[in-house]
Amino acid sequence: MSAVKPRPGDPVITPALVAEHGLTKQEFERLVGMLGRAPTFTELGIVSALWSEHCSYKHSRPTLKTLPTTASYVLQGPGENAGVISIGDGLAVAFKIESHNHPSAVEPYQGAATGVGGILRDVFTMGARPIAMLNSLRFGSLDDSRVRYLFSGVVKGIGDYGNCVGIPTVAGEIVFDPAYESNPLVNAMCVGLLHEEDLIRAKAQGVGNPIMAVGARTGRDGIHGASFASEDLSEASDAKRPRIQVGDPFTEKLLLEASLELIKSGHIVAIQDMGAAGLTSSSAEMAERGDVGVTIDVTRMPTRESGMTPYEILLSESQERMLVVAKKGHEGAVRDILAKWDLTAAVIGEVISEPVYRVTEGDTVVAEFPGSRLVTDCPSYSPDARESTTIAALRARDPSAIAERPEEGDPAWTLERLLSAPTIASKAWAYRQYDSTVRTNTVIGPGGDAAVLRVRGTNKAIAVKTDCNGRYVYLDPRVGGRIAVAEAARNVACTGARPMAITNCLNFGNPTRPEVFFQFKEAVAGMGEACRALGTPVTGGNVSLYNESPSGAVYPTPVIGMVGLIDDLSHITRATFQRDSAAILLLGDLGGELGGSEYLATIHGTVIGAPPRCDVEREKALIDVLLEAIRSGAISSAHDCSDGGLAVALAECCIANPEHESGAEIDLSSYSDLSNRAILFGESQGRVVVSSVAPARVLEIEPAFTISAYITRGGVSNAKLFIEGLRKAGLPE
Amino acid sequence: MKFGIVTFPASNCDYDAFHAIVDVLGEEATYLWHKDHDLQGSDVVILPGGFSYGDYLRAGAIARFSPIMQEVAAHAKAGGPVLGICNGFQIACEAGLLPGALMRNSHLQFVSAEVRIRVENADTMFTNLYDRGEILRMPVAHGDGRYVAPASVLEELEAEGRVIFRYADAAGTISADANPNGSERNIAGIISEGGNVLGLMPHPERACSALLGSTDGARLLESILTRVAA
Repeated sequence: MSAVKPRPGDPVITPALVAEHGLTKQEFERLVGMLGRAPTFTELGIVSALWSEHCSYKHSRPTLKTLPTTASYVLQGPGENAGVISIGDGLAVAFKIESHNHPSAVEPYQGAATGVGGILRDVFTMGARPIAMLNSLRFGSLDDSRVRYLFSGVVKGIGDYGNCVGIPTVAGEIVFDPAYESNPLVNAMCVGLLHEEDLIRAKAQGVGNPIMAVGARTGRDGIHGASFASEDLSEASDAKRPRIQVGDPFTEKLLLEASLELIKSGHIVAIQDMGAAGLTSSSAEMAERGDVGVTIDVTRMPTRESGMTPYEILLSESQERMLVVAKKGHEGAVRDILAKWDLTAAVIGEVISEPVYRVTEGDTVVAEFPGSRLVTDCPSYSPDARESTTIAALRARDPSAIAERPEEGDPAWTLERLLSAPTIASKAWAYRQYDSTVRTNTVIGPGGDAAVLRVRGTNKAIAVKTDCNGRYVYLDPRVGGRIAVAEAARNVACTGARPMAITNCLNFGNPTRPEVFFQFKEAVAGMGEACRALGTPVTGGNVSLYNESPSGAVYPTPVIGMVGLIDDLSHITRATFQRDSAAILLLGDLGGELGGSEYLATIHGTVIGAPPRCDVEREKALIDVLLEAIRSGAISSAHDCSDGGLAVALAECCIANPEHESGAEIDLSSYSDLSNRAILFGESQGRVVVSSVAPARVLEIEPAFTISAYITRGGVSNAKLFIEGLRKAGLPE
Repeated sequence: MKFGIVTFPASNCDYDAFHAIVDVLGEEATYLWHKDHDLQGSDVVILPGGFSYGDYLRAGAIARFSPIMQEVAAHAKAGGPVLGICNGFQIACEAGLLPGALMRNSHLQFVSAEVRIRVENADTMFTNLYDRGEILRMPVAHGDGRYVAPASVLEELEAEGRVIFRYADAAGTISADANPNGSERNIAGIISEGGNVLGLMPHPERACSALLGSTDGARLLESILTRVAA
């Protein structure tokens, strides 16, 4: 160990300064205990970043450990930059989802853009070529002018970044609900394709190997971004605008090409994005994974402004930078590859045998931590968990006690209201701003149940989708967690894909509040149940806590990013009705559960009742039947029945493709004695609307599985949707 | 026949063009590096889509100064075929290979959609396998696709049959609704005076596969084969 002295001019460490760095008194004592002395200002900065919620997962780690993470085809589970699964033919898919909520709440354009940039880098540092972007967005009501500013800024930020880098944005979801008024959620997912032999991990190895900073130069932007992401939003958040990074997609595209070339070249042993907490976390994490020591000299870091202190260089979150461990003697070759792409590479440190994490400024040691304890010794908490009695009371309320509005005598009125609710209505305004066809793999783009991308050189395709219904999770986090996974699985299955694995982005409030931590624990438990039943392990993800503003926490929103595999291109199935005169079937029950429905929220302005039940075994059976039917060629279209229930699902099957609008005649008279609104707008789970040229064959597939419905009278027809057999003969059209 | 596809920094449709040539046409394709002065014996040069130099300053404004553009200009001057798609069209205009300019879309948003274009002139080396008046489906994906030119230039283009594609609806009607970017006279693509440089905003290289929704772009590439071979 070396002597570490405070730098001249550094602030004195006071309790106030410690608090400003987001460390509790106990955490500071833990740090002092680890060092055996008081930390320097630089060391305090390093620890404040690494022990922030965003980097350390200190409140979530024990709970996350309960999730299933393995399957025969999982090549890389949680703990790396991205998860990786094998899809056969020597190919693999790398994918990951991440949040950029707090930056987007303050500066929507850059916040969203850099969210896209960060997740792209997480995928290409695995050696994968990004092939698709997805997103999952939550905003308050569009009636609010600030919400419209946030929404349009986020959409433009996502589009401008992804479009320039040339990665198609193919799917996503956008939900509007007052619960997200001052704290929007902006989650971005990236999917990449790689040859299995190109898989590389961010693990520093080889004593004497040089550590190199490549890509953009380091500036003062984004300092403390990770800590900013780990606290509640407040009136003062606007003042933290300088903590938000600024993205440059042009540099990202060059960095993408250069990085993939570097990985192929064999000149490097590890590569990691300098993302949250920048140089600090990338170097500390690579050292910890490789179980080696590192030393870094900040004066050798290429900077874009002069006079930057070690503290600033270590904590900058300037974008489009990578940390690379090169093979000793190959530094020149690395520089040549970067120079080809007009980027710089500089040796800033090396891998050492001494088990320390050391930072120097020239010859002076400005920070030093023993071994990998900087990462491994971070605190871990198991906060109290207790359900909010308010929410339990909301769940206990009976939706059928809500009186119908007079207009509801005409179900067509209700259906129109639901179809024009922003959460259900077409999202073309947003996705027309995203290039969805570049790279020429997009078979099904935005607007379907899931996006489908062909895998060039094979007869396969992958299906991808993000999904979550935060309202369900709010009313019952266990059930809501199950549904998030089950619905994402159903979505990819509707395209003909076998659900393979998930990544997740867990957006919750302040975990130190027992009612929030209860939601977190329960939702993760529900997700785990569904993942185990459906055989879709978790390969990684991101936790975003402290999504609170003075008006309260957001709905607990565990967004699921699902990847599925289609074995044969001929199995690709679309959501909209495809062939005239086909029969229409509902696979699954009528159910009629209205709790937590879009109907209650939109028509009655209320969020009450128990969310629909979710039997994960039954979900599995449904997916098996659906896939078998698709593979047998009996299915012409398949669409998940979700927000807005059966009526909305049927309407979407008719109109979602404006080029080929169709109609349908549905006769429900012999099937149910439920109320009209329960049949039409109930959101019972485990249901898929299919059109079929051979309905008898579908019904034969699995006699044990109850297909409760509903051969149509006239099948797919023109232009109008007729639903018959309702009480009082309602005829929406 | 050999197609040379220029890769500028942040070109991102070079790969799609490459695969359209190799996989769909079955012809030879090679990437041409922007810093080089060598067309590697290419018979046809493609300036692909993307965001060359981040579209900073102005779309195509920096790319035109790339070393390779000197060779591309010489190739065009000698009558060699040059196909500029999207950003490539913008670069061709900036480089003076085509008249006019491409401005920010009138609605000020990026637009990604499948559009229809009407073939206005089927007697060019890029369109000889189409019929005049035929309606093609192709994707567009651009923020700066609004074609503008002085009235005199527009008149000249019209008079000489150099407006090659116009945005249209399914019935072939030229209307504002069918125009994704507000371009003058619904112009989607034009050709040079010599008939050997075609620029268009829609992406023919993305319309070469039934699986992906359209094969209408393939015949544009095949047209070049027919003509240049003959």
